[in-house]
Amino acid sequence: MADSGAAARLLPVLHAPIGHDSAPRHVSGEALYIDDIPEPPGLLHLYVGQATRAHARVTKLDLAAVRAAPGVVAVLTPADVPGKNDISPFAGDDPLFATDTVKFMGQALFCVAAETLPKARAAAALAVVEYEDLPLLLTAEAAVAAGSFIEASQSIILGDARAAIAAAPLSLSGHLQVGGQEHFYLEGQVALVVPGEGVDLHVWTSTQHPTETQHILARVLDCADVDITVEVRRMGGGFGGKETQSVQWAAMAALTARLTRRPAKIRLDRDDDMVMTGKRHDFEIDWELGFDGDGKLHGAAFEFASRCGFSADLSHAINDRAMFHADNAYALQTAEIVSHRGRTNTVSNTAFRGFGGPQGMMAIERALDAVALSLGKDPLDVRLANLYGVSGDLTPYEQVVTDSVALELMTELEASSDYRARRAAIVAWNADNDHLKRGIALTPVKFGISFTTTFLNQAGALVHIYTDGSIHLNHGGTEMGQGLNIKIAQVAADAFQVPLASVKITSTRTDKVPNTSATAASSGSDLNGMAALNACEMIKDRLAEWASETYGQTPVYTPDGVRLGAELLSFRDFVNQAYVARVSLSAAGFYKTPDIHYDRTTHKGRPFYYYAYGAACSEVVIDTLTGENKVTRVDILHDVGRSLNPAIDLGQIEGGFIQGMGWLTTEELVFDDKGALRTHAPSTYKIPTAGDRPEVMNIAVWAPGENRENTIHRSKAVGEPPLMLAISVFSALTDAVASVGAHKVMPNLDAPATPERILAACNDVRRRAADA
Amino acid sequence: MGRPIRFLLDGEVRELSDIDPTLTVLNLLRYHLRRTGTKEGCAEGDCGACTVVLGEEVEDFVRFRAVNACILFAPMLDGRALFTVESLAREGALHPVQQALVEQHGSQCGFCTPGFVMSLYARQRDSRPWHTSSLKDELAGNLCRCTGYGPILAAAESMGPDPHADEIYALNRALHAIQPTESLTIEHKGRRYFAPRTADEFAELVEANPDAIILAGGTDVGLWVTKQQRVLPTIISLNEVREFKLMTGKDFTRFGAAVRYDDAHWLLEKHHHPEFGELLRRVGGRQVRNLGTICGNIANGSPIGDMPPALIAAGATLVLRKGSIRREMPLEDYFLAYGKQDRLRGEFVEAVIVPKIPQGRIFKLSKLSKRFDQDISAVCLGFSVGVEADRVTDARIAFGGMAATPKRATACEAALTGQPWTHETVEAAAIALAQDFTPLSDMRASAAYRLEAAQNMIRRAFLESGGVARVLDAEAVAYG
Repeated sequence: MADSGAAARLLPVLHAPIGHDSAPRHVSGEALYIDDIPEPPGLLHLYVGQATRAHARVTKLDLAAVRAAPGVVAVLTPADVPGKNDISPFAGDDPLFATDTVKFMGQALFCVAAETLPKARAAAALAVVEYEDLPLLLTAEAAVAAGSFIEASQSIILGDARAAIAAAPLSLSGHLQVGGQEHFYLEGQVALVVPGEGVDLHVWTSTQHPTETQHILARVLDCADVDITVEVRRMGGGFGGKETQSVQWAAMAALTARLTRRPAKIRLDRDDDMVMTGKRHDFEIDWELGFDGDGKLHGAAFEFASRCGFSADLSHAINDRAMFHADNAYALQTAEIVSHRGRTNTVSNTAFRGFGGPQGMMAIERALDAVALSLGKDPLDVRLANLYGVSGDLTPYEQVVTDSVALELMTELEASSDYRARRAAIVAWNADNDHLKRGIALTPVKFGISFTTTFLNQAGALVHIYTDGSIHLNHGGTEMGQGLNIKIAQVAADAFQVPLASVKITSTRTDKVPNTSATAASSGSDLNGMAALNACEMIKDRLAEWASETYGQTPVYTPDGVRLGAELLSFRDFVNQAYVARVSLSAAGFYKTPDIHYDRTTHKGRPFYYYAYGAACSEVVIDTLTGENKVTRVDILHDVGRSLNPAIDLGQIEGGFIQGMGWLTTEELVFDDKGALRTHAPSTYKIPTAGDRPEVMNIAVWAPGENRENTIHRSKAVGEPPLMLAISVFSALTDAVASVGAHKVMPNLDAPATPERILAACNDVRRRAADA
Repeated sequence: MGRPIRFLLDGEVRELSDIDPTLTVLNLLRYHLRRTGTKEGCAEGDCGACTVVLGEEVEDFVRFRAVNACILFAPMLDGRALFTVESLAREGALHPVQQALVEQHGSQCGFCTPGFVMSLYARQRDSRPWHTSSLKDELAGNLCRCTGYGPILAAAESMGPDPHADEIYALNRALHAIQPTESLTIEHKGRRYFAPRTADEFAELVEANPDAIILAGGTDVGLWVTKQQRVLPTIISLNEVREFKLMTGKDFTRFGAAVRYDDAHWLLEKHHHPEFGELLRRVGGRQVRNLGTICGNIANGSPIGDMPPALIAAGATLVLRKGSIRREMPLEDYFLAYGKQDRLRGEFVEAVIVPKIPQGRIFKLSKLSKRFDQDISAVCLGFSVGVEADRVTDARIAFGGMAATPKRATACEAALTGQPWTHETVEAAAIALAQDFTPLSDMRASAAYRLEAAQNMIRRAFLESGGVARVLDAEAVAYG
């Protein structure tokens, strides 16, 4: 039992609710974001000249007055780009500066570098631009009608869904619109570039993807990757909005620094940021289900059309993920999932927490609500009857679901939230109230974990142990508030059984860990935690070899020090002795996710290493005269495997839920018929406030959770999945609206469920129920 | 050149000379004083990342208010004490507000955090005995995109007392010592800023400079600079005029031009009518209500201002002044057309006189917006109906968001007046509303929704007079 003491003492570091490592600096204002870095002498400030048409040929671009304006040092145009005028991740269709045609309103035409930001901004306004308008395609619907796509439409086919639906005892179909979402990271896009010797550039940028920033900057500047060093200490929020969309601004600052040999900073004003950077894709969804009288599915057909914007960005993979999640947690039996990716004259839509998954799940959850209503059943019963593990295990892409805990989660939540009694109480309450109506829903989440582009599932880490026993840890992931660094530090501290304070995680830098993937797809701790552990294990192997030669003992790391047989050395003395014995105390670790494979031509394989699960029960009240609504109670049970850090994970769950609730309720993107975004500031685009947080929120990490796959200490990814718990809010709102017509007709409620949409849906239900 | 701007930063006197009068306090802090803890999230007073705390001498004690530094012009610091997130920790020890946020996991990305720290600090130091607003109201002006707010609210509930509370006496003395005795005048590169200290001086300046921008809380004017890049050649601030800060009267209240929402809130809710409570809680965030003025919201003539419909329904009278000449008019008559008000050159809004709502009158205020807190209304209703012997004696019904100006619904009023107070009458009045308004569609709501919702708000006023609850009525709609 010699280990049990040590094992017990492990708990304070691993699986412990430890606070964010930057928290004391956050609250004191000491945490440095890029705009807080003391400005280097000679700094130039950049402002971007934007297109004022959504689709037009540029017939004249006269920048003479801009160049002559006070304080202007340089005006950058495509002619100034030494390399390739493109900042796209792979498709080659995203120019740094538009050339002869502008493709969305707000597209960058040129960039002014001046001594101060107000001067740059004032100068940019002096540009004389003339346009010849071209036809506009603004919506997914219009793009599909015109055959304008970023790639060929994709399909995932399992069996013959159309035949199964036709042969099923019952069938239903419907249409649903799901709106997009602005990231609204509190820190806008920002980059600072300082020239070094020769062609070297040091780039501080707020990005989730330092490596891609490095590679694209090198491509724009026609230099080698090695000439560019990208550094990220922290972001003031990312949520996917800084995966690709941060690169353009860093590229402008880098180009300025290269051409002027002066440091350059770009920081987008909030309105410019919202106009010029992509958002969550909005979707048009057609669905059709075949089922029997018990509500059990026989087949499902989904047709998705999304608004990708003017360029591909990451839309291929995002729309793929929407297809992968059209089943959510349910065995569809047979499936036909078709996805059209519309190319439109709007800003290029991009990654956003869930990466298409949320839109895919909305389809099946809406459809199951409709099935339940048509059968007069509780939607929860229809959901439970169709879960993986209950009615099948084969996904439409032919991955076998072996780890479903959805039934356990939902059953436990059904009891802990008192779902059945509350539903009965709501039915009774609604019968007594004409004006206000309540609704309730309990929905699951099953979210596939891994980049679906298989090669991206790799990571590196760098660990140095200094002779005083302090540990420098660097990994390829970036910190955007999600607590990645503290989790990785816990892994390293645990590996050597040293206090957390001995481990310092420094800025993510491309010259420390190269060729990394974006911190995205919820993969940060899975990938980088394993890479860090690998580096620690490499050092431990060397130490073990030396210790066995020197002491004839295998070292045992304990919180008291390193035990070598009867001898106990402090960690400091131990590593110092190893150093004197010329043992390398530095290692570069690596990890690649095993066992995953995926063939995109057939859309078959095992794209996901495992699934993360959760369930939420939401209760709402609506005003049927105005459409005003409020979420009154939420209960959440979420599976994070064996949590590396329950405090951090709870934060992700709660924050993700509220962000998802905003997406489906108050957050509405409005483009006008000229393609101008009308909701480009917090005055018009409404993310949740403290007042929108439901009065009662019971959130729990599922206690039995443990990843069946060999992930870092059996934990599960947590970044994205909780956002989709908020679909329970949308289903509850749908339930409340349905009560206006005594659940006789299915509401046509689209997302976001603004007061206006809820009122329209109530009116529509009233009319149709009266006719029914 | 006049005297410098004099203010306290962490209790120490600072002076500013020769500055651009529209330099924001945020930029002053970040780029001149190198205090970068205060962040820019939106530069329009809607996200709260730039929240700082102002200490103001009010009748021999210090009032602490959270404000948005991004739309606060530096001259408005004159005679005040400024506290930033850097002011709180002492000798490496976090302040209890900060410590509670750390312990409750109240920060994730951390960018909004300094703003929350300062909002909570302001709440902690606000010693007004009638201070009853909820934590959520207090924090609705601070946006966080990471946490979902739960841990921040938990921190607010668990934070320890201010360890430096006893410094209030020293601060009080220091603040008193810098109270200006003479008006502030700034001339900077052809731009001028005046902050007179008496109403007569102010009236003279406005008459002599009829093109000047009149600055009250700056929650609108600030955006002209930060969002529209406008250059404001001459600004006349009414913030230092003592008479303008007064609220006087018995059966009515005369709110001076510098009375802020936050100052008027309690009086309007407790003495005029409880319906003002929810409306005022939902005007901007706390930081906006701490600066924005009732009269400013009227004077700027916005078609969607939240106060005018309520005040018109209450029968408010506007006091305008030019030089020494005053005139009064019913508030509704002030709004002539979009962007056009009945205000002469050199004239200004000196006060608004709001009668109390008589007992027994049916008085309902309701605001419709995509988000409850800190949103601009799509439709805003002020509804006031006198009922005697079950018959409507008179009706004052005004809407915002339905026309180019805040406007009375005369056809709707006519359909009610003299009629029995019944469902049928109200139905006819709701239908009549279509004669009163042809609303527009915009990003907040469509024209059709505006009209229908407005009609339903009339219907709802009737239902509410019979005791039906609202979605926001927490007790009525609490789950289970």
